[in-house]
Amino acid sequence: MNINLTLFAQAAAFALFIWFTYRFVWPPLMGAIEARQKHIADGLAASEAGRNSLSKAEVKIGQMMTEAKHRSAEIIAQGEKLKSETVEQAKAEAKAEADRILVAAKAEIQQEMARAKESLRDQLGDLVVAGASKILQREVDAKAHADLIAAIKQQL
Amino acid sequence: MAAGPTNPTEYIQGHLTHLAKPIGDGGGFWTLHVDSVVMAVLIGVASFGFLWWVTRRVTTGVPSKRQAFVELALDFVNGQARGIYHGHSKLVGPLALTVFVFVLMMNAMDFLPVDVTAKFTHLFADHWRVVPTADVNTTFALALSVFFLMIAFAIRAKGLGGWIHELLTSPFGKFPLLWPINLGMNIVELVAKPLSHSLRLYGNIYAGEVIFLLLGMWAATGVAGALFGGVLHLGWAIFHLLIVPLQAFIFMMLTVVYMSMAEEHH
Repeated sequence: MNINLTLFAQAAAFALFIWFTYRFVWPPLMGAIEARQKHIADGLAASEAGRNSLSKAEVKIGQMMTEAKHRSAEIIAQGEKLKSETVEQAKAEAKAEADRILVAAKAEIQQEMARAKESLRDQLGDLVVAGASKILQREVDAKAHADLIAAIKQQL
Repeated sequence: MAAGPTNPTEYIQGHLTHLAKPIGDGGGFWTLHVDSVVMAVLIGVASFGFLWWVTRRVTTGVPSKRQAFVELALDFVNGQARGIYHGHSKLVGPLALTVFVFVLMMNAMDFLPVDVTAKFTHLFADHWRVVPTADVNTTFALALSVFFLMIAFAIRAKGLGGWIHELLTSPFGKFPLLWPINLGMNIVELVAKPLSHSLRLYGNIYAGEVIFLLLGMWAATGVAGALFGGVLHLGWAIFHLLIVPLQAFIFMMLTVVYMSMAEEHH
């Protein structure tokens, strides 16, 4: 255990290594660690913010869903109402149309009947005239007896 | 050592002799332990070269396993230093890292089997000790460097006047008659720091080396003795696995503590 010049040589080497670590080793490594720490912290903050906005969006989606349900229920109710109204209206219209057609048909039948009566009457008149002329054995002058024939026709 | 040792004393002394080279007139103080200096420089260059090599490939993104390992060490040292030292100096972290890595690696040379490494070192030197921290010059060099840094820190924090004032007035008081006593106490404290700092490390590592040598002598008793010695060797090496990092850690912690104390006001 003798102290000698080795002490100074070792001290010089030690000083050199301290300087080297201080200058070249510590700063880049520490810088990298701190940069990564910041990176991770930023990432965590961003994920936290993302989670917050997600929960907000979920709440909003819930509100929108409820609103949409209400709206759709309303629309369905309106549709139902409109449908029944339309059906009622269509029924009423159909009924009116049917009535109208019935009335028209009745009128036409009446007309046809009247016309048939008229033609029957005419023919009967002719028949009567023909019959009468047969009976009288002579020609009836239709023109001469027009008044009489018309009166008969009216009585038929 | 051409013939090899003939008795235990010769064996142990052979392993505990430095390769001493006289400088200038030579003798006494003017000698250099070439083995200690060369080994320390080689270890330092390898260790800090490795760290520097990692910094060349450093990334702030996903780190490689190598970088993660170095960052782990750095963060560990930084955490310890930050926990104790609350000053502003940016030197304390790098200083602690240097001390820890350097001392750890020098201590770890203890694991090299002495008689195997001797086979290689005998090619160029009669004596070659591979553990620089088992040389009291190395531990004193480290402790004295820390000591002077500590004084520099103290003067920077308190000013030269403030530091001298503290030497004279603490711990007992400002009364002039107490000045010599205060000064005496402070000198004892100042001297005790590098002494205990360096001798603790030196003593542990030197003792560890000696135990390895003593266990190595089992090999002289024959094959069975060599095997038994090997088992004991393994046991001591495993125990030494605890001592080596522990002493490096203690040395680092004390360094940081001294720096912290230097800046404290009494």
